[in-house]
Amino acid sequence: MTNVLLTAPTTRTRPTRPRLRVRRSSHARPTRSVLLTVLTALVGVYALVPLVWLLINATKTQPDLFSSFGLWFSGDFALWDNVVGVLTYDDGVFGRWFLNTLLYVVLGAGGATLLALLGGYGLAKFDFPGKRAVFAVVIGAVAVPGTALAVPTFLMFANLGLTNTPWSVIIPSLISPFGLYLMWTFATEAVPDEIIEAARIDGAGEARTFFQVCLPMMAPGIVTVLLFTVVATWNNYFLPLIMLRDPDWYPLTLGLNAWNAQATTAGGEAIFNLVIAGSLLTILPLVVAFLLLQRYWQSGLAAGSVKE
Amino acid sequence: MTIRHHRAVGAVAAAGALALALTACGSGSDDPGTAQEVSPQDVAAALEEGGELLVWAWEPTLDQVVEDFEAEYPNVDVELANVGTGNDHYVALQNAIGAGSGVPDVAQVEYYALPQFSIAGSLADLAPFGASELDGTYSPGTWNAVTDGDAVYGLPMDSGPMALFYNAKTFEEAGVEVPATWDEFLEAARAIHEHDENTYILADNGDAGFATSMIWQAGGHPFAVDGTDVTVDLADEGTAKFTELWQQLIDEDLLADVPGWSDEWFQGLGNGEIAALVTGAWMPANLESGAAQASGDWRVAPMPQWTEGANETAENGGSSLAITEASDKKALAYGFLEYANAGDGVATRLAGGNFPATLADLNDEEFLAEEPEYFGGQRINEVLSASATGVVEGWQYLPYQVYANSVFPDTVGQAYTGSTPLADGLAAWQESIVSYGNEQGFTVTE
Amino acid sequence: MTVLASPPAVPQTARRMRRRSRWTGWGFVGPFMAVFALVFLAPIAYSLWLSLFQTQLVGGTSFVGLDNYVRAFNDPQFWSGVGRVTLFLLVQVPVMLGISLLVALALDSGRLYGRDFFRLTIFLPYAVPGVVAALMWGFMYGERFGLVGNFNDLLGWNLPAPLTSSLVLPAIGNIVTWEFVGYNMLIFYSALRVVPASLYEAAEIDGAGPWRVISAIKLPAIRGALVIATIFSIIGSFQLFNEPSILQPLSPNYISTHYTPNLYAYSLSFSGQQYNYSATVAIIMGVLTMLVAYVVQLRGMRKEA
Repeated sequence: MTNVLLTAPTTRTRPTRPRLRVRRSSHARPTRSVLLTVLTALVGVYALVPLVWLLINATKTQPDLFSSFGLWFSGDFALWDNVVGVLTYDDGVFGRWFLNTLLYVVLGAGGATLLALLGGYGLAKFDFPGKRAVFAVVIGAVAVPGTALAVPTFLMFANLGLTNTPWSVIIPSLISPFGLYLMWTFATEAVPDEIIEAARIDGAGEARTFFQVCLPMMAPGIVTVLLFTVVATWNNYFLPLIMLRDPDWYPLTLGLNAWNAQATTAGGEAIFNLVIAGSLLTILPLVVAFLLLQRYWQSGLAAGSVKE
Repeated sequence: MTIRHHRAVGAVAAAGALALALTACGSGSDDPGTAQEVSPQDVAAALEEGGELLVWAWEPTLDQVVEDFEAEYPNVDVELANVGTGNDHYVALQNAIGAGSGVPDVAQVEYYALPQFSIAGSLADLAPFGASELDGTYSPGTWNAVTDGDAVYGLPMDSGPMALFYNAKTFEEAGVEVPATWDEFLEAARAIHEHDENTYILADNGDAGFATSMIWQAGGHPFAVDGTDVTVDLADEGTAKFTELWQQLIDEDLLADVPGWSDEWFQGLGNGEIAALVTGAWMPANLESGAAQASGDWRVAPMPQWTEGANETAENGGSSLAITEASDKKALAYGFLEYANAGDGVATRLAGGNFPATLADLNDEEFLAEEPEYFGGQRINEVLSASATGVVEGWQYLPYQVYANSVFPDTVGQAYTGSTPLADGLAAWQESIVSYGNEQGFTVTE
Repeated sequence: MTVLASPPAVPQTARRMRRRSRWTGWGFVGPFMAVFALVFLAPIAYSLWLSLFQTQLVGGTSFVGLDNYVRAFNDPQFWSGVGRVTLFLLVQVPVMLGISLLVALALDSGRLYGRDFFRLTIFLPYAVPGVVAALMWGFMYGERFGLVGNFNDLLGWNLPAPLTSSLVLPAIGNIVTWEFVGYNMLIFYSALRVVPASLYEAAEIDGAGPWRVISAIKLPAIRGALVIATIFSIIGSFQLFNEPSILQPLSPNYISTHYTPNLYAYSLSFSGQQYNYSATVAIIMGVLTMLVAYVVQLRGMRKEA
């Protein structure tokens, strides 16, 4: 197992013949295909229908929600009222949850990306004792179901005095095994050994070589990993559920769930309209983040392709 | 109003009890030993001295109670946290107790879950604080649920004596009379479904809380607990009554296969396709907010009876506030409990839509005379209060009911899909309950 | 085997450089592994320890050796869950990865109108929190008042109810597919983007058509991504938890507390407080998952050899 898992699987030998800087002309501008577009669009529709449901139902009042066809508008257009309701309900606690989530994402996803970046680079470009075991251990540990580890983790964190603090959410989100794998692959592919050698010969230290020479080349990988970790942290639910007790530290997912569960208690006020509008507001920042990251991603890819 | 009057009487009674219990050591400070008596003065002193109190509860009306409490006792700082509803909350509580850190001083615990925490020694006995004096303050059903012998493990917060909530419009359209007995109920179920095939008298796809309450009303005693000795018999006479009736409803497809609290369920309650609910008296507030479009259509009738003319009911849901054994501010915590569940907090919660557990309020004329518009101006509290007086005595939950309820769908639930008879489902449930209990060190007999 | 297992070929000079600083690599990998040890390895070690004991509500904790393991091996509820996720794995993972791969190839081909739009929309479901997904799918699957019901009413169809029949496993498979098609698509797509242009040039010189380019260049080039995505999907299937757990309140009689091994471990731990047995189930599942991942890895390599 050790042998098998320790290498970045996209490994292959570099072409030895002289590289010409030729643009991927035929690859970059092939003829567009309507058929292919339609087929892809089918998958797109599959992905979008439930989201359309969310969008439409965010415009409905609580009574309309349960009395109208789900995939079409009905009654009063209450989107604005619902959004205002979300932002002001319970003294505007939604805003607090939003800021919490932001904190977890910035520190958690940012940290996870950084750790994965360093680790992936280390695995790709260095030989060191124990290297062969690293990825096998990571994969092996990931194979153990996390839900069953929740209680041991909780008890450990409680002993460390970390439960019910932001750290109990942030520290576990710092690990992204898939991110580690992706960075490893990217570093192997995107950073030529010759460039590292050249930097070393120029007398640059390892840190400087990494930050000034290699980091820019790994940009597309960084953006991809960042995207995955941001989404994972943004949607983190199970861990905060176990670790956090104080609603003031809840992320949006826990808050929405609390709102959703509210209707199921004696005397609880049903606020499904706010849950749905709140869900929409929760997804929006991710869409924006994706669009923003996408721009960097494009440029990162362009930068990456220059190497060839 | 009566509440204040009642509270004054309570205070006097407690003072009298103190005079008799002069031997009690008045240490006045934080942690009283389990056997030590704690005088009302001690509690009052703790309230005066103040401190921070951590309360875990999901009951929404407690927000206002806490605010008022802090205004009255400015030195006390109550942190009210909603750590989840029902099971999530118990998981959190169990984890905190297991870790021995972050345990709240006060926790909301539903009646059915109390034995699970009290038998593990996680909850403080409130009798030394004078809680025994409150016997007679609460409805017998709820008081029975929070006590175990002489020990008192919580103060009742609300109650759920059961009643028949029904959509009068649907009943009228189908030309069906409101059933007074379960036989009539079966007839009504047939008539309603026959009138419109999309309409059902009840939605039930197997709910442990509901089933146990039904067995309770029918006079069943499937669980008997004496310390760590547990007896389980899910085939006793009372249980059999329920099983027979429900088997018929299932066989004739007269129950909507819609899970409770889902959006489909609220939809059905709102549009009349789920014509009735047999549930706890806390339901009105949920109907008003979750099925607003049916406003004016719903009414409340007494729970259908097994014997014509009887008034036998059961409790469904409802919760108490309890103090954790791990709390080092028990006197202060008890001060809060008393305020919230026996003092001024009661009126505040009632105003917020809680259904009372306190007898004084159940019989309060103003309360009985309320005519909510949602129920077409019907004096529903008269019906609901009457139900509280009919709760069948002697019911016990398992000391691990939370677990038992979690495997209810695995066993009894299979009967609702038609794949096995209800009696067999109950037998399978009994088997899980027995084997789990024995594994956990109880002595379980069948 | 050797191809995958050996480190990337590097020039001799690099080898020499590296030998001078053999521990430098740990400077980069160290931070990850330190946190990893805290949040993964320590709880696993703790679970191993827990699995050797039994704690009772009445009677406290006692050392029971391997009793919990013996019990698990004879536990029909556990093995029925294992069977179910194996079935799920065999059907859902190929479907999901197949769609992901096709879409990634389509995006990469440059032959699509509105490529960026599709890339975003197909990835979007991954961004939807589980609580919200449950709300949406609970509605979609609703037989009486939901979308399935609407269609049955409108068109006179008689679609079976996804959550109240044996269709519940496919219904879960559909949600998982919906959530992760975009995720895997992005993995494949980003792997395709770093395929060196020189390889395509070679193909161009050889005059290879698009299908030939895909089978001879693109697929081999992203084989690593395919294998690793498969392995992570296997882990995901064996750990199937979120979706059944979210749908459970809507379909309690069809999604039992031991529906999947992970759900079983969760119920044991959180409803039954059987932490010890729960830890045992988790460890056995972990070992099983590693074995299957290992077999897949071997197969993946044999193809390459």
